[in-house]
Amino acid sequence: MRKERKVRAGFRAWEDGLATGLAVLSTVLVVAPLVAIFIYLIYKGASSLNLAFFTQSPKPVGEIGGGMANAILGSAILLGVGSLLGIPVGIAGGIFLAEFGRGTKLANAVRFTADVLNGVPSIVMGIAVYSLVVVPQGHFSAFSGGVALGIMMIPTVCRTTEEMLLMVPNAVREAALALGVPNWRSVLSITVKTASPGIITGCMLAFARVAGETAPLIFTAFGNVGWSEKLSEPIAALPLQIYVYAISPYDEWHRLAWAGALVLIVLIVLAVSLVRYVTSRGVLKGAS
Amino acid sequence: MGVGIEVTNLNAWYGTNHTLQDINLHIPANHATALIGPSGCGKSTFVRCLNRMHETNPIARVTGTVRIGDLDIYDDCKPVEIRRRVGMVFQRPNPFPTMSIYDNVAAGLKLNGYNNRRVLDEIVEKSLKNSALWDEVKDDLKKKSGASLSGGQQQRLCIARALAVDPEVLLMDEPASALDPVSTSKIEDLIFQLKSQYTIVIVTHNMQQAARVAEKTGFFLNGRMVEFDSTHKIFTNPSDKRTEDYITGRFG
Amino acid sequence: MEGTVYCHKKRNLSGRLAEHWVVIVRWNRKIVTYLLFYSRDLTAFVTLYSHSPDSLRKVIAQVPEIRISHAPLQPEPGEKPPALVASVEASEVRGYLLSRGNSAIADEGFRWLMVFCALSIFGIVVLIASELVIRSKMAWGKFGFDFFYKAFIDTYTNQPQYWDPVNGHFSALPFLYGTLVSSFLALLLAVPLAIGVAVFLTEMCPRALRGPLAFITELLAAIPSVIYGLWAVFVLVPLLREYINPWLIKGLGWTGFFADDNPTGLGFISAGVILAIMILPIISSLTREVMLAVPNSQREAVLALGATRWEMIRVGVLRNARIGIVGAIILGLGRALGETMAVTMVIGNSPEIHRSLLANGSTMSSVIANEFAEASGDLHLSALMELGLALFIVTIIVNAFAQLLVWAVTRGAPSQAH
Repeated sequence: MRKERKVRAGFRAWEDGLATGLAVLSTVLVVAPLVAIFIYLIYKGASSLNLAFFTQSPKPVGEIGGGMANAILGSAILLGVGSLLGIPVGIAGGIFLAEFGRGTKLANAVRFTADVLNGVPSIVMGIAVYSLVVVPQGHFSAFSGGVALGIMMIPTVCRTTEEMLLMVPNAVREAALALGVPNWRSVLSITVKTASPGIITGCMLAFARVAGETAPLIFTAFGNVGWSEKLSEPIAALPLQIYVYAISPYDEWHRLAWAGALVLIVLIVLAVSLVRYVTSRGVLKGAS
Repeated sequence: MGVGIEVTNLNAWYGTNHTLQDINLHIPANHATALIGPSGCGKSTFVRCLNRMHETNPIARVTGTVRIGDLDIYDDCKPVEIRRRVGMVFQRPNPFPTMSIYDNVAAGLKLNGYNNRRVLDEIVEKSLKNSALWDEVKDDLKKKSGASLSGGQQQRLCIARALAVDPEVLLMDEPASALDPVSTSKIEDLIFQLKSQYTIVIVTHNMQQAARVAEKTGFFLNGRMVEFDSTHKIFTNPSDKRTEDYITGRFG
Repeated sequence: MEGTVYCHKKRNLSGRLAEHWVVIVRWNRKIVTYLLFYSRDLTAFVTLYSHSPDSLRKVIAQVPEIRISHAPLQPEPGEKPPALVASVEASEVRGYLLSRGNSAIADEGFRWLMVFCALSIFGIVVLIASELVIRSKMAWGKFGFDFFYKAFIDTYTNQPQYWDPVNGHFSALPFLYGTLVSSFLALLLAVPLAIGVAVFLTEMCPRALRGPLAFITELLAAIPSVIYGLWAVFVLVPLLREYINPWLIKGLGWTGFFADDNPTGLGFISAGVILAIMILPIISSLTREVMLAVPNSQREAVLALGATRWEMIRVGVLRNARIGIVGAIILGLGRALGETMAVTMVIGNSPEIHRSLLANGSTMSSVIANEFAEASGDLHLSALMELGLALFIVTIIVNAFAQLLVWAVTRGAPSQAH
């Protein structure tokens, strides 16, 4: 009996060691691609990041040089339009969920719908917006791209806003009401203002997520090899341009794609790190 | 100057819970009235009915009449209007966390659109002086946030905030229960000074406190008002046995 | 302090004769404070042990600040309680506030604006769904349900022609096949690794490493799809092509799943690997959340029975969290189903069905991305739209199901994020 127990104990110890080893191995295998991607991006892209990259539009095929300035501007415009559409609707939705509809069936339905919207594949979003905006307009446009991106921002902003507003203690709301402050003023100037660090964080998160989206732009903004600033024309976008260049057969464009990817990833990492910094530092504790 | 409050046949419900039953009383103007009673007897609910805060809870319901001055607050006007005339101080201090001390005191006016800077400055100073907080904060009015003060100071800040809108009635729901004895006595001093200018209704667990500051006292039990009389009489010669039992500490 | 004491004798309601002592004390020249004794009640200052007024006086005499006098206190002449600061503007403020009205309109208007925005979220989803349905009507009308499981057989070659824009034959089969194969391949690779990472981070990792590692996993989720695709095309595919694929063909070619007829290195294997990398963070972070929701008492109970750490994890945590982990996996599946850009770049984009995993293929999302912009003819476009609609419905169902599972496990439990 004792020998069996010893053998069994030995096996269990070995099993424990194996499990630990596998877990560590998994972690290494997960971290490795990330590190690899970053290193490769920097290796391939950094050398191409010169002033021309940030200031010039792409040159015609075959010529050396040029840049992605039009794509960077395009992304900025698209994200601007998207934010203008998505952030107010998202925040208003969050205010509804937290302040007016708390506990009601309508609120649950809205929350579920926001989750559904979140799960819609970005390509489906693209063809839907194509059908809704591009077809009536008759042409691709920056506006339609902005609409697609804006719609994709709504669920994240809405959920974060609701969470942050729920964290504002009820005592603060009561204090405002007891002063005879109208409800709308109390919600905006007191509750939302108290939760504003968290709400802004949510907007930044949505922004960072949408900044790298390509699929919804393929049939809406469509891309543009030249310089474009108008909302009614097709416009280039950084991720879209990277895609087009990456699948092209030209080495010069590959080089630019790497550089663009590096710029994009740096911006996104900055945004995500900022969000994490703000959340962890307890700036959100303004409500306590 | 304060106004009197006339309550007639007040009944209040939280859902199916009949929290207040047939309350009738008259709260005199420019006096402090204390409401005492064991936990859960409805005194907080009663006070919240006086400025229509009770109905902010979606399952709450009220019937009966409350007249403040000559105004029937349930039929003649909207909750917002009443709350501008009746100030409230809560059990736990709740200054607005994102606002400075100045903005906290001026909140009732600024958030209602009042913008005259000169007058606001004077009102803030006056309110803080009246709540005995001026000397402690006068240098940091705009720099310090409302939440950075100590508990007793925060409560006095809330009192100043309530006073700044010059209400006719001041409701206080156990204002000192979350505070240390020194702050408590400061607040009691305050109430004593203020009652000549405002009508004060104070809910308290502490019978000594009621005896110290109020001219009239009401004893609540299980949603009914058992006795309402001058403080002196309640504490020395109560008419109802239940009052006497409560005061002698037999229960509650 | 000065005070007055008097005794008030009364027969109380139970018939006993009680003496009620009232001490009136004034201090600071400002406040009149009543200290009350009622029967044998206690105050902070004096303890009364008997009814006798003499003993009370004796006790009070020991407190030198109180002098007993028999005359009730009168306010000193000329003394008034300090006046409150004069308020001239008070009436102006009061008047202003009284004139403000009840803002019912503004309140209602604001509320309706918020409701409208919330409802617009409904509206958007409904619009998307309806557009997809409307545009796919043509293809639905032509092919009906056959779209999803039948294909046109070419009479000459007897081979199925799945996707033939020229002749107007459209079948979703290759794309369904491609989506399912690539997604399940991704799950096969990602799930063990994700659970391993989650287990490591939650149970085994030293505290100091936890933050940075969690941050790295979060970063993985933030990398855009197109960058994954870029890296996959230029690094992963050559890697697979040079090193992994030949080994697979040699070792596992007998199964029939690894044929040697695709020299490009694109195909399902590449797509599966990059998809696995992309869905890993989701599965991992959700698994972590679910594991953290398991109460510590479960872990301790198992340890107390003499279990090793791995056994504690297996029995105490994973078994309890398994529903949630399944939910996390299904959520990862939902993400994999809809993933477009990286897949498009490495799967080879050929609308055919081959048994070999090394062959080129196509998924529902990749074919839309490739062909939509230059769709030839309305039927082609409609067929693509129908694929999009199918994708839409499937991802909704999968995501809803997954969230239900996760919610069932973490319900109410606050996520203890490190």
